[in-house]
Amino acid sequence: MCLGIPGQIITIDDIDNRLATVDVSGVRRQINIACIIDDAHPPESCVGDWVLVHVGFALNRIDAAAAERTLAMLDMLGDTHELDALIDSQEKRQ
Amino acid sequence: MKFIDEFRDHTRARQTLEHITTLVERICRDRAAPLRIMEVCGGHTHAIFHYGLEAMLPKQLELIHGPGCPVCVLPMGRVDDCLAIAERPEVILATFGDAIRVPGSRKSLLQAKAEGADVRIVYSPMDALDLAIRHPEREVVFFGLGFETTIPSTALTITQAQRQRITNFSVFCNHITIIPTLKAILENPDHRLDGFLGPGHVSMIIGTEPYRFIAEHYRCPVVISGFEPLDMLQSLLMVVRQLHDGRAEVENQYQRLVSRDGNPAALQAVHEVYESRQSCEWRGLGPIEDSGMQIRQAYAAYDAERKFSLPNQQVADPEALRCGEVLTGNLKPWQCELFGSQCSPESPCGALMVSSEGACAAYFQYGGPRAEQHEEVSP
Ligand code: SF4
Repeated sequence: MCLGIPGQIITIDDIDNRLATVDVSGVRRQINIACIIDDAHPPESCVGDWVLVHVGFALNRIDAAAAERTLAMLDMLGDTHELDALIDSQEKRQ
Repeated sequence: MKFIDEFRDHTRARQTLEHITTLVERICRDRAAPLRIMEVCGGHTHAIFHYGLEAMLPKQLELIHGPGCPVCVLPMGRVDDCLAIAERPEVILATFGDAIRVPGSRKSLLQAKAEGADVRIVYSPMDALDLAIRHPEREVVFFGLGFETTIPSTALTITQAQRQRITNFSVFCNHITIIPTLKAILENPDHRLDGFLGPGHVSMIIGTEPYRFIAEHYRCPVVISGFEPLDMLQSLLMVVRQLHDGRAEVENQYQRLVSRDGNPAALQAVHEVYESRQSCEWRGLGPIEDSGMQIRQAYAAYDAERKFSLPNQQVADPEALRCGEVLTGNLKPWQCELFGSQCSPESPCGALMVSSEGACAAYFQYGGPRAEQHEEVSP
């Protein structure tokens, strides 16, 4: 039940009622954006933002830079031989 | 699709798995019991089975499928109350699709619908409010279910109804919160859990701070995790690494959506409309202090419990159902005698068989071979 899906805000439809249209992989739907607007993010500024959509509400903005960082961390894993060597060196130091 | 495809990349997944396996083997060199990591969220349970993650993981790493499926933990008495509302002739009962097949003590909403009750599946609580606007002569009741991820949406729908002065709309509130429940599980002296995958979307609302007690007081690692296969593998690696290093911390794998303090606007909406219930009954777990939400007096006009008189009876699950033990990780689904025979997704006895987020339905659908494999290893 807690699943959500990334979507991109296309238009702001109704500022008073906090309604906007998102595109979720080609499908458009009107959603409520009350949870992602504040002084720093007035409704007009939200067009183009990626958000997580859950039961008709945008619940948070998706941070693209953070997504990149997460993937970069995985890419830094290297193969397990390196990991083995690293752990061995740690264990020796202890 | 952006923010999805990259987190399903095979090469990265294979590499992450190798790292998990290496670390688990090292940790398990001098311990007899397998590592037990609980994924709290039903969305995670679903993803684990959908992508077959469990079968890829080393055998010494056991995933325990936690109580984070709101449909699965809804007590029978509450389903009966919902049925009592749905069967009133003036009512349109609007619900998420997940809840329609949950068995009450007499029947499910689906059966009530077949018998003539006006039960409609909606995607959003806002759709339920639209129904109320389009049918001013009827009473529209939304079956409000779910954890912190879903609570802001019903709260905002109620405030919207009030702004628009809509009087034929109300919510039957069964919202529950995850933290008191985790605490209840950890307070059980024989929980035998080594770590947690934290629920990503609940945490996007509440932040990472509320989990701190798990690390500090119970010395259990927690990693808040996203829902794509790579998210989950990376999170498992982070838990395993903490265990390997002897650390217990709250870490956040899902940084693209989760921050330390959560979403203040969503929390504010929740606080405006709801307050905590003193005690709330969970199917399989019993009553848990402060784990439920109820509508505040200021919004009483939108509270279905105040609007309609309800039977409000506690109905115990029949003895043969072992859902509670499965929920807490003390029993595997196939060890329940009803599993697959009397209890199946087509005719569920217990709620864990209803939703694809329930452990029993997931095992029934995907888990056959793994079940046998497990029975061989655990005497
Ligand atoms: S098989 Fe059915 S009755 Fe047994 S634990 Fe699972 S859901 Fe409950």
